[in-house]
Order: sequence, then C-alpha cells, then structure tokens
Amino acid sequence: MTGTVVVVGSSIGGVRTAQALRSEGFDGRVVLVGADATAPYDKPPLSKQFLSGDWDEARVGLLASEEADRLGIELRLGVAAGRLDVAARQVILADGTALDYDSVVVATGASARPSPWRPRSGVHVIRTLEDSRRLRTALGSEGPVVVVGGGFIGAEVAGTARALGHEVTVVDPLPTPIGRVVGPEVGRYFSELHHRHGVQTRFGTGVEAVDGEAGNLQVRLTDGSLLDAATVVVGIGAVPNDGWLADSGVPIDNGVLCDQYSRAVDAPDVYAIGDVARWFHPGHREHMRVEHWTNAVEQGACAAHNIAHPEDLRPYRPVEYVWSDQYDWKIQIVGRPTVGTRFEIVGDLAGDKPRAAVLYTDETSRLRGAVTVNWPKALVTSRRAVTDGASFDDTLAKISAVAARPAPADPAARSA
Amino acid sequence: MPVLKADFTLCQGYANCVDGAPDVYDIDDDGVVVLLRDRITDEERPRIEEAVRSCPVSALHIEDE
Repeated sequence: MTGTVVVVGSSIGGVRTAQALRSEGFDGRVVLVGADATAPYDKPPLSKQFLSGDWDEARVGLLASEEADRLGIELRLGVAAGRLDVAARQVILADGTALDYDSVVVATGASARPSPWRPRSGVHVIRTLEDSRRLRTALGSEGPVVVVGGGFIGAEVAGTARALGHEVTVVDPLPTPIGRVVGPEVGRYFSELHHRHGVQTRFGTGVEAVDGEAGNLQVRLTDGSLLDAATVVVGIGAVPNDGWLADSGVPIDNGVLCDQYSRAVDAPDVYAIGDVARWFHPGHREHMRVEHWTNAVEQGACAAHNIAHPEDLRPYRPVEYVWSDQYDWKIQIVGRPTVGTRFEIVGDLAGDKPRAAVLYTDETSRLRGAVTVNWPKALVTSRRAVTDGASFDDTLAKISAVAARPAPADPAARSA
Repeated sequence: MPVLKADFTLCQGYANCVDGAPDVYDIDDDGVVVLLRDRITDEERPRIEEAVRSCPVSALHIEDE
C-alpha cells in the first residue's frame, strides 16, 4: 500500500507504529511528529535507572536517526501537532505547517496529572526525560523525600530515592494503593515491601497542602500531621493528550473514542493507539484506555497492520500486561486480577527473596488474572492461560508443579 | 537467512517476546530468554520483528547472514 501515514507522537507507541508499518510492508511515506525536540526515548527507566543516574540518555533512546533513515521514517521533532482537519486530511503543526495524510495515527500519549499543590518550588512530577533529569538533580541534594501517590510510579520513585540514600515517605489516600490493581489482600504485601526497605508509608491519608520551597517543604496531611521534605514527588496518574483534537470532530471521551480496529469512531482514516486511545475491546465488550508500555507497542503494531492491510482488518483484543520493578521485586501482572472473586498464592510473598504467583478466578472458574513476583516463568504460563481461557485449577496445578522444582540457580553462578 | 540473537545479560524476563512469537522464544526457570531456534525465514520475519521490538530492554535482534 502507498500514500502517506502521519504518526503523531514520538514516544514508544508512535515509534513502534512507524517501525511496524515497514514490517507490515507499507512502502509509502511515513512521517513521525513529536512535540519533544529530544530524539525519541523510552519512559520506564525515567523512574528507575535514568533517575538513579545508572543509565544515560543514550541508553533510553528508542529510535536513532540512522535507523529512522534506514526505515525511511521522516522525523519532525520539536514541533507539536496543533490540530487535525479530518475533511482535508491534514495535520496542522503548531508552527503552521500542514501535513497531508492518507491515514493518521494519534499516539500523543498522556501527561502527568499536574500537582494540585504549588509551593514556590520543589514539587516534581515524572513523565518526561526533562522531568526525570530535574528530579535527579533535586535528589542530588540531601534531605527527606515525600512521594504523593502509592501507585506504580510512586513506588518506583520511592525505591529509587531510597536507594540513593534518602529518607522517604509515601502518602496515598487509599489504605492499600496497589490494591486497586491486585486487590486489597494482596496489596498489603506491597505496602510491607516499602517498610522492609525502610520507606515509611502514610496510606489512608491525603495531602492537604504543600508549603515552602525546594529544600524546605512542609507537607500537611489530612489528619493534621506535618511531614518535612526537601523534595516532593507527585505521582497521581496521567491524563490523555487529546486536547489538540478538541475541534477536529473526532469523538473524545477521556481519550480518542475508537472502534475495535483502533479507528476513531466516524473517522476511519484516523487511528489512535496507546495511552490516548479509548477503543472497543471486543473480548471485554467495553471501551478501554490502558496506560501500559506493552499496550502501546501491541496496539501500534495492530494499527500498522490495519493501515497496511485494509482488506484484512484485525480487531485489537489484547490480554492486559504490565510490569513494575520496585526495590528487589520484579512484579508482573497479566489479565484482570480485580475481576477475581477468589485467589490462590503459590510460593511466598513475604521474606527476603520472595518468588510467588497469585492467581485469580471468578465464577467462570477460568484464570482471569495473575500477579507474579520475581517469577517470569510463572508469568509466561499465566499469560498463556489467560489468553487461552484456561481453567484456574489446571493453571494452579501447572504453576504449583513448577514451584516444586528446585530453586533456580544463583544468576551469578550461571555460565555466560 | 535471518538469524536471531539475544543478549542474555540484558534480558529481564519481561516475556513480551514469548507472547509475540512463542515458536521462537521461551523463558527458562531463571527468567531468562531461550531461543527455541535461531534461524527464521523471510516470510516469518515481520511477525518476529514485532516480537523483537516488544522487548522493553532491547535484548533481542535479528541479523542477516
């Protein structure tokens, strides 16, 4: 297929869509537009290896200009998309340039939900390379760190700040923040993980105000208590970057409303993928917006296929998958644990070197979701089982059998 | 013929590759990628390229020989 595809957004979803168009045999023009002037970069390390200083900017790069050249991807970086003209099939950039398209892929992602607390300085969010760089600089100074938000980003930043030697307190209005994802009973193990690493938690408590300035902040909590902080990090979720489409006529409802092929409703030349897309999941029979790395990659590949092969449209019906690296836990979550009405734990979630899988089921008796800790093999088994609609009992038996094998060798002892 | 390569020291066991191309990738008990074969055909390359690009730490590559 020929023509021009304009991909708007140069983060993981946009980059992978552009690359996938070539894998799918699309031989027309591919233009990748990015508001960020920096070469495309990957975001998971921004709360971990990049934030700690272990990785540099080169290590988080997603698409070197040589590879873009090789694949014939035209980069238009440093200029945001200003608006979309569906009738004229044009993306109008903020500098006034109009880009004609035959198909456009909206991959503008999401932004960190801004902090509602605005002292003079010292409050950070973390989403972009620049955010991470600024926070890294702030963490170079001594003093306690307060993290507002006990979700994945908050927990990862807390772990990184702690490893850099800071006193850290995580505040969240929910009694077990990760419980939103894994259920409250399992969520409490995640709270203990903080404590085991010397991080304080103030869960079930909100933030009333943040006063002062960088190096000398006071965080006032809803129970009246005060926390001193040199730096405050606010990780309270993200909002889709769909504002630039407001006058386009493309339907927006907390993300771009799409059909099961990731095409915007009533605008079939407009695709949306990743954090900014709210598409109809034909398996779950509902519209969903998912803010996970793997979803952006998989949905980008699916959209690229549909653009390159309009005669063979593929519905996008992924099994949810997300990982989070917190302290010494590699956490992997597949499917929908929160729809589970019953769960079983295989292995041990407490202790110094946990290796465990939590399997969730409901009245269907199928495996509906799983959470694994330091156990990728069990994740693979669970992910396949959720995909295949396998029974809970069979999966439990299979993973229990793997658990009974001798513990894995010390990685350091493995031959290279 | 395209040849599959993996950097076993980079692999973190995120396992997206196993989901994308279970006929060529697996994960061992230690959580490290296993190449079930290392040669692929040109016909299957697009699908495996997508599995390669689903690796969050870029531990996988396809080389031409």
